[in-house]
Formats: sequence, structure tokens, C-alpha cells
Amino acid sequence: MAIDSKVVAQVAHLARLKVDQADSDALSSRLNDILAMVDQLQQADVTDVAPMAHPLDVTQPLRDDKVSEPDIRDKALEIAPAAEDGCFLVPRVIE
Amino acid sequence: MHTKTLTELKTGLANGDFSSRELTEHFLARIKQHDGELNSFITVTEAQALAQADAADQAIAAGQGGLLTGLPIAHKDIFCTEGVRTSCGSKMLDTFIAPYTATVVEKMASEGAVMLGKTNMDEFAMGSSNETSYYGPVKNPWDLERVPGGSSGGAAACLGARLAPAATGTDTGGSIRQPAALNNITGLKPTYGRVSRWGMIAFASSLDQAGPMGQSAEDCALMLQAMAGHDHRDSTSLNEKVDDYLGALKDDINGLTIGIPEEFFPDTLDGAIADNSREAIRELKKLGARVVSVSLPSIKLSVPAYYVIAPAEASSNLSRFDGVRFGHRCDDPQDLEDLYKRSRSEGFGDEVKRRILVGTYALSAGYYDAYYRRAQQVRRLIRDDFARAFEKVDVLMGPTAPETAFKLGAKKDDPVSMYMADVFTIGVNLAGLPALSMPTGFINGLPTGTQVIGNYFREGQILNVAHKYQQATDWHRQLPAFGGEQ
Repeated sequence: MAIDSKVVAQVAHLARLKVDQADSDALSSRLNDILAMVDQLQQADVTDVAPMAHPLDVTQPLRDDKVSEPDIRDKALEIAPAAEDGCFLVPRVIE
Repeated sequence: MHTKTLTELKTGLANGDFSSRELTEHFLARIKQHDGELNSFITVTEAQALAQADAADQAIAAGQGGLLTGLPIAHKDIFCTEGVRTSCGSKMLDTFIAPYTATVVEKMASEGAVMLGKTNMDEFAMGSSNETSYYGPVKNPWDLERVPGGSSGGAAACLGARLAPAATGTDTGGSIRQPAALNNITGLKPTYGRVSRWGMIAFASSLDQAGPMGQSAEDCALMLQAMAGHDHRDSTSLNEKVDDYLGALKDDINGLTIGIPEEFFPDTLDGAIADNSREAIRELKKLGARVVSVSLPSIKLSVPAYYVIAPAEASSNLSRFDGVRFGHRCDDPQDLEDLYKRSRSEGFGDEVKRRILVGTYALSAGYYDAYYRRAQQVRRLIRDDFARAFEKVDVLMGPTAPETAFKLGAKKDDPVSMYMADVFTIGVNLAGLPALSMPTGFINGLPTGTQVIGNYFREGQILNVAHKYQQATDWHRQLPAFGGEQ
């Protein structure tokens, strides 16, 4: 399953990353090295093996449905790159 | 003072041999004098450290000390620290002042620890050489032309050079143990869920685990005592009783069964690396341990499984860095998509971008079954191998890393060869087991380490094995020429 510049461009878009045309070939070749190594997984016999998401068989704990976090809006907005009137500021999205 | 272990410094403070202020000033001075060359710290928190030291001295005078009162500790720059820059080694967070403090840091501070500063690391903990840091590579104190390992490379190097008496680290695929081996220190990755991940910047959430890095197993036991415990703010943190780790160091190891996985001594392994670990195992045999051979047949697939699972989780975790809420934002974005793309591309380094792309690819439609699902299945096979081995043995041992510290730049353009630095450590993360690395001798003046892997929640037992070994040997007390007597 070799990756070429076209696939790199598609995946980069999904990940919201910008890949310069000049770097694209070198990047494809590195990614292919990684995927070739990863392809060793195809050797494994995984018939009837359940995927493992967590090392220990634990259940997700539940907490009471009560407000537990304090309001830190001002603190959170202080570290935002751009904020105004209690909101994060981004370029216009509706024409 | 810097040649004393954390445990010895604790005794010194209790006896009034020196104050926490004197101790803290001593280490701050060492950082000032030597860290220009080593680059092990990203931020030194001098004023805060001295204030904490003065408070500790008052607490000690009033007889109110905690486990770590007055002891200086360096935190990896992956832990959020309120009011202090928390960069995670990335340009993305170069100006990020954390609005809250990680549980690990908070717990250690509540036991009286003094924070010296934040240590350098591979960007977002992705690397095995500390060369992916936005703040430049860290040097190995045993040879300044070599890497300290990674990703907790700054922690291991500052500790190896005794610029700090103890440090915290995190380990997703070997990031505590591999640098511990390369810098002649002791480092422990606890059972997944033993230490809270709250406030620890996420790389691969099902693998990440914080742990202590110290001069000895005893130092690690002391720190883990303060770090471990359930945290309701981390849903993966385990609600299990915290053992008495220092107490466990008094247990007898007579009759302990050590398993030697044949896969940890492959024919291709450097003979000198194998010899040092075999010699350490022989030493433990002399102390009463029994040694048997075991096999972990699926462990050979641990690196491939990891390089699907970890990037997949990273691609999801790192989607939060979008240039909107915090972190780096590009200049003059044309529209929202341009804002996302340029902020992320400018803020992340090459290795981080590669892993995001691999993870995004592995999770994308049409490839999920071939990569992610299969990797999670292999992960279970690896865990089952360990479970079978632990039916017969108490601990498993083998080399921590397949080689000693390599030259700076040697693997920079070859990610796959860099990934192999963690070939012996990654399986433990996939299984969620606790493991430590302890110093077990040198090759051409460079340190080597041996790994001791335990069953779930047996941190006390593996710390005890290392402690018994360290009482019988003095490899862990060897110091590099760098940063010698002042």
C-alpha cells in the first residue's frame, strides 16, 4: 500500500496540515518506510482475537451529574491567540 | 551535596546538615554553570524554587515535613504548571502558560517538593534522542557528542550530571527507561493507570504513563509514593490501593523467579550489551534468585503495532492544537482552513507531522481494519504472552536498549532506525505493565541499563529487585566527568 504525493496531499488535508510541494516526495518516501515496517503486522495470525483498547479490563467510572468544574472562561480566554467579548476570535466563516 | 541520592538528601535535611534553601541554591548554581552545554532545561523556575525552599525550611522547623519536603525535583515540560510556561518541547506551545497544574506536580508539591524547573524533551514526547525538541537537542553528560535518549532526555541528562537530584518523566514507548539506561540513572514506568495523567499533555492516551527518574531504586520508590494514586479527574486512573513502596524494599528476594525472554537476547544483539545484562542477572542469582527461560513470541511485532496505535492516538490528541483556543497561531489567516493548516504546520516539527500523517492514514476509511484493528489485535497477543510468562515467573529481565548512546544526528533522517531504539521497551507499554531500567555497567565509557519488568501493580517488587542489586553493586553511583566537583 504505497503512499504517493497525491495520497500525502489527501491525508495532510484530513489532518489539516500544509505540505509544501517541494517536501512532498521526501515525505512520501519516509512515510513509506514507516508503513513498510508496520506491514509486518500482516504476518500475525489474529483469527478470533478481540482488539484490545485498554491494558486492564476496567469499566468507565460514572460520577454524579453535578457541576464539578469551576467557571474558568476568563482564564481560558487569557491564553487564546485572539478573543473578544468572551469568545474566541477566528476569521469570518459566513459570507 | 549533588553526589548524594535523594534519600540521603532527605536524611540530611531531617538532621539539619543543610537547609532546603542551601540545597536548592546549590542545584540552581549547578544548572547555571553547566546547563549551557547540556541544554537539559527549557525553563528554570529560580524564584519559585527559592520560595518553595523557604516554605519547606519552615515546615521542617515546625516538624511538619511531608515525604519530599525541601527536596529539589525537575519536572518534564509535559506536565502543566500553573503560571509557568509548559512547552512540551514544541513551538506550538512556546508561549503557552498553563492555567492549571498537573496532578503529579500538585501531589509532589503537597508533599513538600521544590520545583527546580521544566526539562527539555522530544517534541510532544515523540522521539528517542531528544533531537526533535524545538529548544534544540540535549547532550549526554557521558559524552557531549552523543544523545541522551528520549523522550525524557532532559530529565535523564540533568539527573545523570547531577544538576538535579531527581526528576519526573513520562513513558509512552520507553521514554523513561531508554534515556535512564543511556545516562546511568534509574527510571520506572508504573502500571498504566497507577499515576494520574491529568494535566500531562497527551501523546498516546492508552500508553502514556508518568513515572519517577532517580539515582537509585530507593529514590524512585520515594517519589512514586508521592506520585501514585487514584485521581477522579483522570478516568483511566485506577482506584487501587497504593502499596508501601519503601516498605517493599525490605522484602527478601530469596526464591524470586526471574524469567529471561529469549527475544530480548536476539543473535543480532551487540554482545557487550547482552553481557552486561546477563552479568546483572547472575548477580541477582547470587542473591538468591532463580532464573528460567521464557518466550514472548509476539513481542517481535511490538514496534509495528506501536507505530500504528501511538500515531493513531496522537493524530486524534493533537487535533486540539488548532490555532484557535491556545498555542501558536499563524499571521494573517485568509480563512478558517488556512488558519488551521498554517498554524499547525508552523507549530509542529517534522517528526510530529509524520506521526500525525501516519495516524490519520491508519484511521482513514478503507485502511482501518488493515492497520488500526489489526494492531489492536496484535496488542492483545503481546499482552497474553506476558500473562503466560507471569504464570511462571515473578519478573522478566533483559537489556533496556539495544545500544549505548548514539552520536547526535546519526539517525535523524531515518525514522525507522530511530524507532528501533525502543525495541525492548515498547511491549511493556502495549501490555500496560510496570518496568524499570537500572544501571548495569559500561561499554567504552558509556552507560548501559537492564530492564526489570513486573506484573500489574508490582512496582514494589521490581523496585526491590533493583534495590537489592544496587546494594550489592555500585554502577548506579558512577558519575560522568562532566559537571565534576565544584
